[in-house]
Amino acid sequence: MSTPSAATTSRWRALTHHHLFWPVAVLVALLLVNVPFTPDFFSIKMTDGHLYGSLVSIVLFGSPLILVAVGMTLVIATGGIDLSVGAVVAITGALTCSYISDQADQNALSAVFLAMGVGLVAAVVCGLWNGFLVARMGIQPIIATLIIMVAGRGVAQLITDGQIITINSEPYKLIGGGYWLTLPFSIFVVAVVVAVTVALTRRTALGLLVESVGGNAEASRLVGIRSRRIKIMVYVFCALCAGIAGLMISSNTSAADGNNAGLWIELDAILAVVIGGTSLLGGRFSIGGTVIGALVIQTLTTTIYTIGVPTQTNLVFKAVVVIVVCLLQSPKFRAKVFGARFGPRSGAASGGSAAAAPAKTVTTAEAAPKMEVS
Amino acid sequence: MLNRRNFLTAAVGVAAAAGLSACAKEDEGGSSGSSGGGSKKITLGFSQVGSESGWRSANTDSIKSAAKEAGYNLKFSDAQQKQENQISAIRSYIAQKVDVIAFSPVVVTGWDAVLKEAKAAKIPVILTDRSVETKDESLFVTLVGSDFTDEGRRAAKILEKVLDKAGHKGKVKIAQLEGTTGAAPAIERAKGFKEIMDAEHKDDWEIVVTQTGDFTRAGGKQVMAAFLQSNPDINVLYAHNDDMAIGAIQSIEAAGKKPGKDILIVSVDGVKDGFVAMSEGKINAIVECNPLLGPQLMEVVQTVKDGGTVERWIKTKESDFMQDQAKDALPTRKY
Repeated sequence: MSTPSAATTSRWRALTHHHLFWPVAVLVALLLVNVPFTPDFFSIKMTDGHLYGSLVSIVLFGSPLILVAVGMTLVIATGGIDLSVGAVVAITGALTCSYISDQADQNALSAVFLAMGVGLVAAVVCGLWNGFLVARMGIQPIIATLIIMVAGRGVAQLITDGQIITINSEPYKLIGGGYWLTLPFSIFVVAVVVAVTVALTRRTALGLLVESVGGNAEASRLVGIRSRRIKIMVYVFCALCAGIAGLMISSNTSAADGNNAGLWIELDAILAVVIGGTSLLGGRFSIGGTVIGALVIQTLTTTIYTIGVPTQTNLVFKAVVVIVVCLLQSPKFRAKVFGARFGPRSGAASGGSAAAAPAKTVTTAEAAPKMEVS
Repeated sequence: MLNRRNFLTAAVGVAAAAGLSACAKEDEGGSSGSSGGGSKKITLGFSQVGSESGWRSANTDSIKSAAKEAGYNLKFSDAQQKQENQISAIRSYIAQKVDVIAFSPVVVTGWDAVLKEAKAAKIPVILTDRSVETKDESLFVTLVGSDFTDEGRRAAKILEKVLDKAGHKGKVKIAQLEGTTGAAPAIERAKGFKEIMDAEHKDDWEIVVTQTGDFTRAGGKQVMAAFLQSNPDINVLYAHNDDMAIGAIQSIEAAGKKPGKDILIVSVDGVKDGFVAMSEGKINAIVECNPLLGPQLMEVVQTVKDGGTVERWIKTKESDFMQDQAKDALPTRKY
């Protein structure tokens, strides 16, 4: 690695080359865009005993996407992809809400917990199915998960009988629409899931195993890693995250909508993962990046509503921003446009690169230096 | 969906009346109806779009039960959102020589060939809910369905009443939650509303923000949350359907405001949950978009079968509801 002469340049380089630099920069820029249109965009005040403001809304409405994207990150890290998450969201919400709506007392805690359990079990079953097809049957992940993506929404509509099921359950409302300690409860759920995921993947060898399976499944198997088992595990984890997101989405509106719940969330989740700097080729991932990526997407949505983009141009606006973000992430593009300062480093691949070459086990070990390999 | 205003208005070839059974319930059991002579039941072939929404399933139920009520022999098929299914269903109705064919077209174009076959077989065709685009206006008899532009106008008219009742003074700052971008109900409900607003309330009404909520609760909730941040002075919400209004209500409450009081709400559709919200005082008025067009359809079938002439567009019977009617109307809402 070349050593820059001045210390400030060195620090600047270190900063711009941090793998979260570009996602964070985009997030901050998007947030700032709102200020001229909504002067008190950053203000947060107390309303009815809970915090209220644009930032709170972004986190609240972005929570399901963060969860789905975190699950998706691990799947993508193994070189796979999970298109079925949107359908899993719909199935979980539909099952849980239809169970609760059948109860005489919708506010009974035991019934609500049981209903959530039923929903999450269904999500896990979907994950097992995906994992089975991918790891055991050797079907391409995009095809294997396409099955539930298409069929799952039909199942959800079957459960809801084509109707929107409205429920009236205060305890269930908490998970996706309620507040705890003045903050949206969903923030705590997301925090726990993210913390557990980071701990499991970065404090144990699990993360390294996932990355090595993504880098080269066959080589991993030959050195004694049970790559099939790892793959099944990540699909189950991804479906479980989607299931929790499904609980949140249905709880947020107190209704299960088999048609629209989680519609296209798989694409937003994949986008969030890519913006966060995880390579679609597998072998390397960043949970932190994914969380930022999901927040970028949610902020973008909120920004469209706030600055009054005409409805017909919503998607074009979104597309332009996404293109800009992806270009900024590309080291080649940066080197061409901004010159060497933002360009790619020699040696270890810069973390923000979405177009990085397939990671080797050497790179993965570097990316996660704290790993204890047993 | 297509533009329902593109209707051609001309006379229609109607098949000669065959033997009719009675249409009224009390005439069942062999006695002939007022118009018919024979004892043969009318056979109606109906091809539905699919079952994509609660509105649609209410529509299906209404047609099935109205046909039973009228004593017709109904042949029903669900096209599952596919035109080819619908065309083959219509062909099979023609082969079975049904008396009348009715269908809700999945898409706007591509019907000429199969409709010509029906015409050649002298089977009259009635459209429901949605229309088709064709150069040959003799291919279908009539359309039974809603007028979305008029729903927009009615929403503006009922907002006048709501403002009066609330004793509102000063500028009316409206937030509009649109339906799915490009869908006929979204375009026309916005258009009808604007028409009345521009004509009668140019100075005191203003749509300050408008955005699509995709006809969903989650969409309505998210968009309204952003609206309330960027335009805290909104005092009226016009939602293109009840589901978006229900989502928006949750955001209004989260912002510490009272839906129905601090922000007056008018929405379109009249689904059950909308009426529940209205009876709780959270929606001020609902403009009905009625899927229960079964009975009207059966009347038209009878008239057509008798050789009578009908209008090119038979608009669904719809009403407007204010808050004080909500409690009474609620138990009668079927969908």
